[in-house]
Formats: sequence, structure tokens, C-alpha cells
Amino acid sequence: MIMLNPEAKLNPKIFDEDIEMKPTRDGYSEGLLAAGEQNPNVVALCADLTESTRVEAFAKKYPERFFEIGVAEQNMATIAAGLGISGKIPFISSYATFSPGRNWEQIRTTIAYNDSNVKIAGHHAGVSVGPDGATHQATEDIAIMRVMPNMKVFVPCDAIEARKAVLAAAGVWGPVYMRFGREKSAVITTEETPFTPGKAEVFWDSSLRSERLKPQAVLIACGNLVYNALLAAKELEKEKIGTIVLNNHTLKPMDEKRIIEMAKKTGAAVTVEEHQITGGLGGAVAEVLSRNHPVPMEFIGLQDTFGESGNPDELMEKYGMGAEDIIKAVKKVIKRK
Amino acid sequence: MDALHEGKLKRLEELATSIRETVIETLITAGSGHTAGPLGMADIFTALYFHVLNHNPKKPNWPERDRLILSNGHICPVLYVTMAYAGYFPVEELKTLRKINSRLQGHPHRSALPGLETTSGPLGSGLSQAIGVALAARLDKKSYRVYCITSDAEIQEGNYWEAAMFAGKQKHRLSNLTVIVDRNNIQIDGFTEDVMPLEPLAEKFEAFNWHVLEVDGHNMAEFVSAVSEAEAVYEKPTVIIAHTIPGKGVSFMENDYKWHGLPPGKVKHPDEPPPERQGELALKELRTLGKKIKSEHE
Repeated sequence: MIMLNPEAKLNPKIFDEDIEMKPTRDGYSEGLLAAGEQNPNVVALCADLTESTRVEAFAKKYPERFFEIGVAEQNMATIAAGLGISGKIPFISSYATFSPGRNWEQIRTTIAYNDSNVKIAGHHAGVSVGPDGATHQATEDIAIMRVMPNMKVFVPCDAIEARKAVLAAAGVWGPVYMRFGREKSAVITTEETPFTPGKAEVFWDSSLRSERLKPQAVLIACGNLVYNALLAAKELEKEKIGTIVLNNHTLKPMDEKRIIEMAKKTGAAVTVEEHQITGGLGGAVAEVLSRNHPVPMEFIGLQDTFGESGNPDELMEKYGMGAEDIIKAVKKVIKRK
Repeated sequence: MDALHEGKLKRLEELATSIRETVIETLITAGSGHTAGPLGMADIFTALYFHVLNHNPKKPNWPERDRLILSNGHICPVLYVTMAYAGYFPVEELKTLRKINSRLQGHPHRSALPGLETTSGPLGSGLSQAIGVALAARLDKKSYRVYCITSDAEIQEGNYWEAAMFAGKQKHRLSNLTVIVDRNNIQIDGFTEDVMPLEPLAEKFEAFNWHVLEVDGHNMAEFVSAVSEAEAVYEKPTVIIAHTIPGKGVSFMENDYKWHGLPPGKVKHPDEPPPERQGELALKELRTLGKKIKSEHE
């Protein structure tokens, strides 16, 4: 039996073979365009990656509000900082390894500390970037942005949520970091799926329709790996192992209340992210639980290693982020109780 | 902007001397901070806040105000002192510089003090912020002007040249941007031309499609006339390379990079006066204009 949370209003075709696949960067494109329509103060800057970071649509529709910076991410962040303290809502786009990778100090001083209303879009996150290799696969970006005071961090799970995250970022005052993937990933939510910054959503709960299957672990996931977490939960259900899957799209501020509640309910947690397990979602959840309600934890993600070239599926398998790896981690964490 | 007539020029020169004195007093109280740059830039700050800028200290967020972006945040003692003299906050508050719970942070922080246009300290990123502010003015069809003060040594930063390249692109029409480079030839580790040569500096900016002017940074009339020329330049940003003497007004500090990052009382060197007398000697020299006049304090 499928234990999707009906209140999450997820895609009914979620476990079908022909589920729609769409990269989250496309959601960024749609969100940016919509934000631009809603608010004339929204401007966009890009560092020579207009097509692949999907700023093209905005640039074509609003050429006077688009600034091509050239290959200069530090300049992009700081020009945006100036615009952001002058009433504009700048969105800056590049690959996450370069922005916020290369321009971290500029973001820290001139955007975060300066409280400039800049929205940072980090693209090509995770190893699923594929053949380009580790130089272009951002696996540390959540950590370096999460640590920054005054910064909010959104990691949308699919293209629809990405669009919502962009609109939410445009509507909230202050610096926001958003993370997007290159590859097509499963569209698991719908327009009706709730998205509130700072509020993690239960996507799956084994206890919802069958009290007999008490959830024994909570899977806390973010980004496109929420889908793998759901696939794992479905398989575990077949083995009579109940779980909860939480879509933790906001890495900062963390939904501490919900995470603590789920840890209490299940007694074990597995974090799932396409990022280094240190400093990312795993670190963030561990910080919350160790202070409030420690439970055994396992961490799915990159284990202190860089990625490499390959196709995305091969890489997910090699680096231990597939549904099978998640299933193993759940079984292991339950044993450790 | 009006031309600087002789009466006003004299008044501003006297004011600049008072600002230098207060900079020294403020640094002595703070016990740390930068001395050479603030003294060297006192004339230009005086000219900006008391003649050039269209601003209202009582309404620091007035949307039409000219913007002054200080890129080399470490010279903020002269910014704070000039702002206090202009009426942004009480002069008395200068005693809190670098102390706990102060609005006067060791490097300027926008959210801390009304009237500060941005946060700065890490070098090389003020010019691009000023570009952002100037672009916002263009988008909003506002006529305010954007002034950006940078040091000379921070031109060694890569971000600076990214910004210079962007601003020189004709499409951006950044003629509302005037950059003032404090060309004082010193940085913490020594003279700029020894540490990492900047010359030929004017030619570098010209090659990046800027309008370039050079002035004596202690001649306010010359500086004000360069600012006026910059306003008249069409479709190009202007850089005014202001040649200044670091430590200006205190003979043992002038052109001496040991005074870049330390306040009076903190430089221990056989060539310098004993630390305990440095503050007193500096103030005496400023108050007597190098012994040309008798100080009213004597």
C-alpha cells in the first residue's frame, strides 16, 4: 500500500514508469520570469551562463533588467549587492562551484553582512551534473551558505517546487541561496503541494493508513534525492518496514519543530542529500537532534570525496546515493536503536 | 555644483584641519585603527561632504541623495569624523569607535549607522557595488550621482578590474559614476610600486574606456573642478586619480607606510617619536599648521 501523505498533494503518477522528468533549473527559469512579471524591481545578472542557468527567458523578455556580467562571478555578486541596497531584487546565476564557490567572501561581506536583498541561484549542484566532472559538481555549497548569518537556503526537490522557491525568495526580504540541478529529475509535486519557507513537509508516512506499520525511521531529504527517498520508502513498505519521508526544502531556517517531532515519533533518522554529508543537510539535522532529541542517524550523501565524470545514474550508484543505499541505511539505523 | 570661491575654500581648509585633529583624537581613544589614509583623504572628504555631495544629514535615506561608497573601509575614521561634523551623528559619539556596542564599527557597516551607504573593508569590491547603485539609478531614472572612493593598493584585487571592465562598457552609460582613487603610494607591506606596481595607472583606466583625471588631492579647488568635469562627461565613467600624501599634516607620519595600519601611540621604531608622545606631537603639529600659526590650545 502506498502511504503518500494526501495533504502533500503529490503527483499521482509519482511511481509510474512514465513520470514527467524536468530539471529544477527549468523551474528556476519559470520562477524568475514570474517574479519579473510580478515585481518590476526584480533584475537578473548572469556570468556567461545565460542558457544553461536558464536566465535566457527573463533576459529576452526584460532586456533592460538583465545584466550580462561576463565570466566574473565576484563582480556579479558585488554589482548585485549595490543593486540590492538600492531597491532592486537581483537574482544572480552561475554554477554553484563558481557562485557561491568563488565569490564567497563577496557574498559574505557585501550581501549577507550588508543585508542586501540579493537572491543567489547556484546551478549544476551535485554529482548528477555528470560528464563535466568534479570541477563543475558543487557538493559543498549548502555548507558554505548555511554557515553564513543572515542567509536563507532553499533546496527545491523538483521543477515545480523550484518555481515556488524562486517566487518565495523574491517575496522575502534579504539574502537567499537557492540550489538547482542540471539533470532532469522526477516531478513529484504538483501546483497544489504546499511550499512554505522554513516548513518541512511530510511526503510519506507509513502510519497514515495502517496503524500496524509503525514508522521506524524518518528519511529527511532535500533536492532531487527526495524522489530516491520515496522510492526507498516504497520498497521498505513491501518488507513491512514503516518510514516517514520529510521533504526538507529549507536548509535555513531549519524546521526544528517538525524534525524533532519526527525523531520522537520514529526514534531514528537518515538524511539524504546530493552534497557532502558534513555541513549540509546531514550536519544540519544532526545539530538539531543532538541538542533536542538525539537518535541514531545515518547519512546518505558524499562521504568526504569529490565526484568525477560519468553519467548521472552511474554516479549516484557509485557514490552511494541510490534507493538501494537508502534502504540499507534505514535498516542499519533501525538496528542501532 | 557651485564653483568653490575663495572664502569658502579657506573655510573648508580650516575645517579639514579640524577633521584631521579629530581623526587623531578619535584614533588615540580607539587605541587601534588606520592613521595615514584618513589624514591623507581629509581634504577630499571635506570637499565632498561640505561642497560636492547633494545630501541631507537629517534625512540619511532621502532617495534623491548622492551616494558615497567607501570601498577601502579601513579609512573610515575620516568618514566618521566628516559625517559627525556634517551632522549625521554627535561628534561625542566618535569616542565609541571600535568599542563594544558602537555604531562606529572598525570597518563601516551599513546597518549599524544611518548615512553609511554600504559595508566595506575587504578590498576591491566597492567599485562593483557602486556600479550596482549607479545601475539602479539608471533603471529608476534618478539623477543622483554615485561617488566611489577606493585606495590605490586595492586595485591589485581582481574584482576591481572585473568592475572596471564592466563600467567601461559603453552600453552601461555609467557617466553617473565618479571614482576617486586615493593615490598615496603606500600599503601595509610597503610602497605600492615595490609590493605590486600599479603604474602606468592612468593608462590602465584609459585602456578600459574610462575618462581619467589626475589631481592634487590636497588642492580642494582642483578636486572640485575635476568633479565638475566628471559630471559633464557623457557616456563614460570618470576616475579621478587623487595624488595624496599619506599622513598629511603630521611630518613624522607623512609618506611613511608604518602609519598605514596603526594609531598614534602604537608605532615603535627608532625613526619615530616615542610612542607615548606620538599623539600629543601629532595634534600639536596639526593645531599649529606645522608651526605656521600659534595654536589656540597653547
